[in-house]
Amino acid sequence: MWDHADALLLARIQFAFTVSFHFIFPAFSIGLASYLAVLEGLWLKTGKALYLDLFRYWLKIFAVAFAMGVVSGIVMSYQFGTNWAVFSDKAGPVIGPLMAYEVLTAFFLEAGFLGVMLFGMERVGRKLHFFATCMVAGGTFVSAFWILSVNSWMQTPTGFEIGANGQFLPGPSWIDVIFNPSFPYRLLHTVTAAYLTTAFAVGGVGAWHLLRDRTNAHARKMFSMAMWMAALVAPVQIFLGDAHGLNTLEHQPAKVMAMEGHYRSHPDGAPLILFGIPDSKEKRVDYAIEVPKLSSLILKHDPNAPLAGLDTVPEADQPPVGPVFWAFRAMVGLGFAMLGIGLWSLLGRARGKLYDWRWLHRAAIAMGPSGFVAVIAGWMTTEVGRQPWTVYGLLRTADSASPLDAPAVGASLLAFVVVYFSVFSIGTWYILKLMDKAPHPQETGLEDGPVRTAGITPGPHQHPAGKGE
Amino acid sequence: MDVNFDLTVIWAFIIAFGVFAYVVMDGFDLGIGILFPSFKVGEGRNRAMNSIAPVWDGNETWLVLGGGGLFAAFPLAYAIVLPATYPLIIAMLLGLVFRGVAFEFRWRDPAHRPFWDLAFSGGSFVAAMAQGMTLGAILQGIEVSNRAYAGSWWDWLTPYTLLTGLGVVAGYALLGATWLVWKLDGTPQAHAYKVAKRAAVATLVLLVAVSLYTPLLDEDYWTRWFEMPNVLFAAQVPLLTAILAFLLFRALAKRHEAAPFWFALGIFLLGMAGLGVSMWPYVVPGEVTIWDAAAPERSQIFMLVGVALTLPLILIYTGWAYWVFRGKVGHEGYH
Repeated sequence: MWDHADALLLARIQFAFTVSFHFIFPAFSIGLASYLAVLEGLWLKTGKALYLDLFRYWLKIFAVAFAMGVVSGIVMSYQFGTNWAVFSDKAGPVIGPLMAYEVLTAFFLEAGFLGVMLFGMERVGRKLHFFATCMVAGGTFVSAFWILSVNSWMQTPTGFEIGANGQFLPGPSWIDVIFNPSFPYRLLHTVTAAYLTTAFAVGGVGAWHLLRDRTNAHARKMFSMAMWMAALVAPVQIFLGDAHGLNTLEHQPAKVMAMEGHYRSHPDGAPLILFGIPDSKEKRVDYAIEVPKLSSLILKHDPNAPLAGLDTVPEADQPPVGPVFWAFRAMVGLGFAMLGIGLWSLLGRARGKLYDWRWLHRAAIAMGPSGFVAVIAGWMTTEVGRQPWTVYGLLRTADSASPLDAPAVGASLLAFVVVYFSVFSIGTWYILKLMDKAPHPQETGLEDGPVRTAGITPGPHQHPAGKGE
Repeated sequence: MDVNFDLTVIWAFIIAFGVFAYVVMDGFDLGIGILFPSFKVGEGRNRAMNSIAPVWDGNETWLVLGGGGLFAAFPLAYAIVLPATYPLIIAMLLGLVFRGVAFEFRWRDPAHRPFWDLAFSGGSFVAAMAQGMTLGAILQGIEVSNRAYAGSWWDWLTPYTLLTGLGVVAGYALLGATWLVWKLDGTPQAHAYKVAKRAAVATLVLLVAVSLYTPLLDEDYWTRWFEMPNVLFAAQVPLLTAILAFLLFRALAKRHEAAPFWFALGIFLLGMAGLGVSMWPYVVPGEVTIWDAAAPERSQIFMLVGVALTLPLILIYTGWAYWVFRGKVGHEGYH
């Protein structure tokens, strides 16, 4: 009744599901941790209570998001072994050490200082507390560094040798493994995406409260900060995305063919398909709205440059076109919409109505979750686009999975779906509830909030050395 | 080859250290979760939870190090053990999801706090039980052929694994109770003393049961534990355990505050030593040794540099975080 193909498909769905869910939280917390560090730094520098209020406001949200990121992340660190055992055995010697470095240099850093960041302001004083916040923020970045290096190595493997037992073994230089060809592009593009995601979430919340009360100083400050980010970082991100795309064209041309919907080769200039419905059976894009030669111009900087299509790639090595094509368009579309908001906010600033332009605020609210959608779409583009490989060109997804029965994987997938949707939906709802509360002066922190009165008592000197009487 | 020999042994000890650090630190976290329903709603539960709120995330990171470290240093073991214990690992991960989010969620939603308290204790119990059963499943043997798990997906469920599962649950409860004895005062502390004594009895009974059961599983275990000359070394483990157990009960009876936790920890350390006697140098008993499973030398050296540079720092700042939150956990009107 069940065969390998079913178990494989279920394992793939499970990985895609758990990693997509997980990715939402770090995409938020990478940016939010840095935002918190900036807010606390501004508070220490200027002494303005407003920054401390904003810090405390977002800290409560950060705590909930971070907890969800941690628990969904632990799942990921074990899923390589549970569901992708052959891949783990083969690629472990190369990517295992990078993941170990992530744990050693990032996870411990975040987790070690998180407690102080959340509950320790009264105990360690301002400067040490700021240091703890910076360590948490730094940890989130270092974590991104290592895990994206792993992912990039799987996409563009370099610096390895193949052992007698079929394992990938590290070559003489780890630099070649870590800084593989797609890594710098992927790292910058992804981390920038995380910052933009946070900026739009913060901007959406600020706009929400401005619509209610445009004199709310806290809402004005967070909205203004977020809109600066949108105006300055969205164009940078579009530039980085383009550079990443060119890098992909060089190393994974089949992925770009799927993104572009180029089933056929174009010997004298390929069109840019803005919209259309890919039909993989007939190998064409229906109802295509296209700009002639633009794709060649973007990808080759020459409108007449020939561009190969999927007809040059063996059938067995082609990625599925539909999901890649759609996800790519969603990501790019949202990226330009973000740029639009950024420019709109500049106009608002120039006209002195940044805090009064209702339609700008409504648009910012609508775009509040846009970063999350764009991040997931981008992830889909790159991950589906590199199929059918786990280690690009070398190890097929079909040859990577654990020897598990389909019912076992099906049961675990079902459990993940039920638990993630219920637990993380509730968590998201708590975050939305926190966001719905207007930021105000004398914002409470985590340790002295009304619900935590039974919490950690301030003051470190009551019990020397933690000993009993 | 000689260098590799040494590196592999070093890595086996690093992983063992990581596992021990995890078992000890998340052990008392999970133990508090397991004991949670026995604490009174309100002050008792709030303070029990607050005693670990600032450190639980750091404690759980050792689990990631254990998994990630095994992946990196012994990829073959990682690739065999995890599919063999698949349902247990998934159950553990889901258990950890529930108890992890409960730390934040119970404060965010007082109206549903009873539900999140249940998620906290249920998740902790499931995670502890799954970890204990995974240990049992490894000890009872895993079928391997051609570098992969070759058994069925129910092999992990036996009376023996249920016994080891309960043993770990009881042991974690003991760690949790003795931690609370240390961190609390007043009525909740008195309750923690009571629970600690019960958990200690349960832990020792199950420890003895597992110790007697294990040698019956396989002749090799019997040889390792009971035949000359091994017995001379191996017998020290139960002997020391008995001494520590005596000290633990005495410390609890005399109402010492910090000592019970350290004695409980000592018992865990001896359990780890016993595990070493049973398994060394296998990672999958009878099938895969640490040298079979080891990553190549280049991977080992690269990671060893990382461990040498970062582990001391990690221990320092983790220690600092514990130091910041030292002393009794506060409560209303504490000043």
